[in-house]
Amino acid sequence: MIMDYNLNEEQEEIVEIARRVAEERVKPVRAELDEKEEFPTEILNTLAQSDLMGIYIPEEYGGMGYGAFELALIMEELSRVCAGVAVSYAANALGAYPILLYASEEQKQKYLPPIASGEKLVAFGLTEPNAGSDVAALETTAYKDGDEYVLNGTKQWITNGGEADVYTVFAVTDKKKGARGISCFIVEKDTPGFTFGKKEKKLGIRCSATRELVFQDCRVPAENLIRRPGAGFLIAMKTFEKSRPCIGAQAVGIAQGALEEAVAFARERKQFGQEVINFQAIQVMIADMATEIEAARSLVLNAAKNVDANAKNGDISSSMAKSFASDVSMKVTVDAVQICGGSGYMRDYPVEKYMRDAKITQIYEGTNQIMRNIIALGLKKRLQS
Amino acid sequence: MKIIVLIKQVPESNEVQVDPETLTLKRDTVEGIINPFDMYAIEEALQIKEKNSEETTVSALSMGPPQAESALREALAMGVDEAWLVCDKKFAGSDTWATSYTLARAVEKIGDYDLIIAGKQAFDGDTAQVPPEMAEFISLPFCGFVQNIEQLKSTFMVVDRMTEEGFNRVELSLPAVISVVKDINVPRLPSLKGKIRARKATIKQLTAEDIEAEEENIGINGSPTQVVKVFTPEYSTDTEYLEGEAKEQVSTLISKLQEANIL
Repeated sequence: MIMDYNLNEEQEEIVEIARRVAEERVKPVRAELDEKEEFPTEILNTLAQSDLMGIYIPEEYGGMGYGAFELALIMEELSRVCAGVAVSYAANALGAYPILLYASEEQKQKYLPPIASGEKLVAFGLTEPNAGSDVAALETTAYKDGDEYVLNGTKQWITNGGEADVYTVFAVTDKKKGARGISCFIVEKDTPGFTFGKKEKKLGIRCSATRELVFQDCRVPAENLIRRPGAGFLIAMKTFEKSRPCIGAQAVGIAQGALEEAVAFARERKQFGQEVINFQAIQVMIADMATEIEAARSLVLNAAKNVDANAKNGDISSSMAKSFASDVSMKVTVDAVQICGGSGYMRDYPVEKYMRDAKITQIYEGTNQIMRNIIALGLKKRLQS
Repeated sequence: MKIIVLIKQVPESNEVQVDPETLTLKRDTVEGIINPFDMYAIEEALQIKEKNSEETTVSALSMGPPQAESALREALAMGVDEAWLVCDKKFAGSDTWATSYTLARAVEKIGDYDLIIAGKQAFDGDTAQVPPEMAEFISLPFCGFVQNIEQLKSTFMVVDRMTEEGFNRVELSLPAVISVVKDINVPRLPSLKGKIRARKATIKQLTAEDIEAEEENIGINGSPTQVVKVFTPEYSTDTEYLEGEAKEQVSTLISKLQEANIL
């Protein structure tokens, strides 16, 4: 961080702990985890022991009682070293937010404490083969049968799929109602009729697990419905409002890590008798990268504060933060590879990984095109003279 | 069971400077951290506490200037129950002998201990003298370079002491002092709850008077070590090539080694 964000003592401590986990436990293994596409179970355990898993969960449910702002601070630090580890961590928050925001007191008491302690991992199950940006096109169905709901369908590209113990799953309960006919259920791993499809091979964030969730006459107790039938779309949108600054912070962290590598390389690498950082062509690139990162960080942290305060226009500010930061991240990481030249293209150096990892931040938790839709539609409705 | 862990605050960097007048390390110019070897001592104590069925408390003890409090807070953040700082202007200039005496007095003052664990040596002074000397001052059994605690009972313990060839298995009656090597465990990172607790905790202070230390045994007066000169050894390679047939070369080599008293 170039600028002072007026962090209080506890926030400074949160950053320090997250940075130590990243530097001491993630950095030594990140290349290997990426190469082997190995899920970072041990690192998540360390994050749990460090009390970071439940950072955003209130103390009465076993968490630390902070919010999206502190979650964003942790995400930046983890992503600065490995975005794959970071998303495995963040997917928990994404999966837990529907419970945290909308579940009944009994559901919260049952599910949040083991999530806060890190004993149980969570995943968020929304995306399907034919429903990504178009959430209303979901095909997974749930019908009520006595005191159970019966789920059928397939979820695709679910982060932490197969690794998580608890899933918040979206399914259509009333097709006629479109988006208002979607409901959200808590489904536990090992529920009969709930299995996992293949583990996907990805461009980046390769240590994170991405799998299909397959529901075949999967019976879930009716008490696992969150809020009420038809509340699913609202739950998903409000969840994204909370979680998008976190992905923005991931993008900032990736960019920051890439910038640091590029500057270190440019200070060492000599051409024409001097370090390449002395050339203006490189200096301009570095200055622009650093400035854009700082702009993204300011936007992300303010968006996180905004959602913590339940302020108006959280949908717009979170979408701005997520799309701006991820676009910056993509550009910065491409430039970092460019500064490092041939070395940057080699897997012996970490910058190519930053570039591969950055791409997903423009795509997931709502593509950056959808982010612009949300921003523009919000302005159209609310910016009336 | 009561365990006392000895910790020392050391400069974080290798680039610490030597004060040309006092020939001691300029400790105030760089950030202080817990001596890395002491982290294994803290971790071992915490693991014993977690595994032990009988109630176990872990105290961290450090001797140093007031800023050594931050090292003790770090130990508290890792999970030790209480922290003691032995701090007095009178301790200034202590060598390993005076330090060992002072720590021995402090340990006696805290009292009621079953086991004292230290890191094998400090990262700055590198002497490895304090743990055994301190044990000697209080007439406790000592085992250095422990790589594994095989057994821990209320009256005795069995440990493996690392050697160049392998290890020796040693039994000690308790209370005892051990120093540990890095093979013994992987130290944990501080937790957020630990940090919050550590920030609010009171560090218990002990002065020379509190530990009833004899003036002639502490600080510069109690330190028989005299630092005559501190210098960075110059790196030089002095290579001599032997000429002639292999047989000739071998006999020249042997006579040269004999001259140098190596053979």
